Amino acid sequence: MEKSKTTSDEKQQNFSRLSFEKGIKDGLPIGLGYLSVAFAFGVQASIAGVPILMSVFISMTNLTSAGQLAGLNIIAACGTILEMILTQLVINARYFLMSITLTQKLDGSFTFGHRLLCSAFVTDEIFAIAAAKPKTFGRKYFYGLVILPYVGWTLGTLLGASAGSILPDFIINALGIALYAMFVAIILPPSITTRGVLPAVALGAGISCAIYFIPAFSNVSTGIAIIISAVISALVIAAIFPIKDKEQER
Amino acid sequence: MKLGEMTLMILVMAAVTYLIRMIPFAFFRKKIKSVYLRSVLFYIPYAVLSAMTFPYIFYSTGNFWTALIGTAVAITAAACKRSLLTVAICACLAVLIAGFII
Repeated sequence: MEKSKTTSDEKQQNFSRLSFEKGIKDGLPIGLGYLSVAFAFGVQASIAGVPILMSVFISMTNLTSAGQLAGLNIIAACGTILEMILTQLVINARYFLMSITLTQKLDGSFTFGHRLLCSAFVTDEIFAIAAAKPKTFGRKYFYGLVILPYVGWTLGTLLGASAGSILPDFIINALGIALYAMFVAIILPPSITTRGVLPAVALGAGISCAIYFIPAFSNVSTGIAIIISAVISALVIAAIFPIKDKEQER
Repeated sequence: MKLGEMTLMILVMAAVTYLIRMIPFAFFRKKIKSVYLRSVLFYIPYAVLSAMTFPYIFYSTGNFWTALIGTAVAITAAACKRSLLTVAICACLAVLIAGFII
């Protein structure tokens, strides 16, 4: 879309037809999904020895599964602040692109202050729904869209962390695989359908395993290992299998 | 880690995550044109998730063999395009049942 056209569109569409209620409706399935993912995160946090309210605090201030698990691992391993900053930068770099893409869809009701607040709620799923809207939308729709995912994420963490401190060991052990199983469920289907994703997944896993198992790398921390694996994999695979614009609209 | 130190780490984590989302949302007006850079950003989440999952998934249950069975079940269910929740429940049940047998 050309820039001049966007600007005139924004002026004409200060009152977007997408309502707050429509946002709530679109956000419901995301909220339900987040309830279960956050539950799994809460269990992980409990296993890592993080107090219940602390894990809820993490979820309320971060709203991102991969970033929170990586952060949790760094906290559990008593890592450094620099390691935390670098890890979050790499793992959450994709939000940078998503936020840029979303700015093309915001109408005139998104003043600077609302942009500051709304940006905190850019997640993979919220991005996918919002970016797929054919026209611009207003802030009311966006607030409706993000409420239930945020509530689901917070509540799920609380339930998971509480369950983690109550349930017997053999159930906690079984729940320990839940978050990883969800990650498998996220990466596997596009590995089958989208060219380049499988090599990226395989290379990322391969480097990560190499760092984990090769004794020479035994003092490389988990956070740094993930950064190295992901960055090398993405840099290499992007050179071999560049993605055209159309394929990126997930 | 002490509680105060943990709070500081969480705040740093939240600040970095927020700034990555906020800076382009509030200030950016253009698109990234470089196909290579866009491709890198496209692959990063998949590479991150796989690097976070392997090999750590094998140690997620406290027993390598139950975790291996759970992983196999998760991969099978995910390949059948089941939802996140279904895949997670199948993997957890597999680990639970394997734990009773092994």
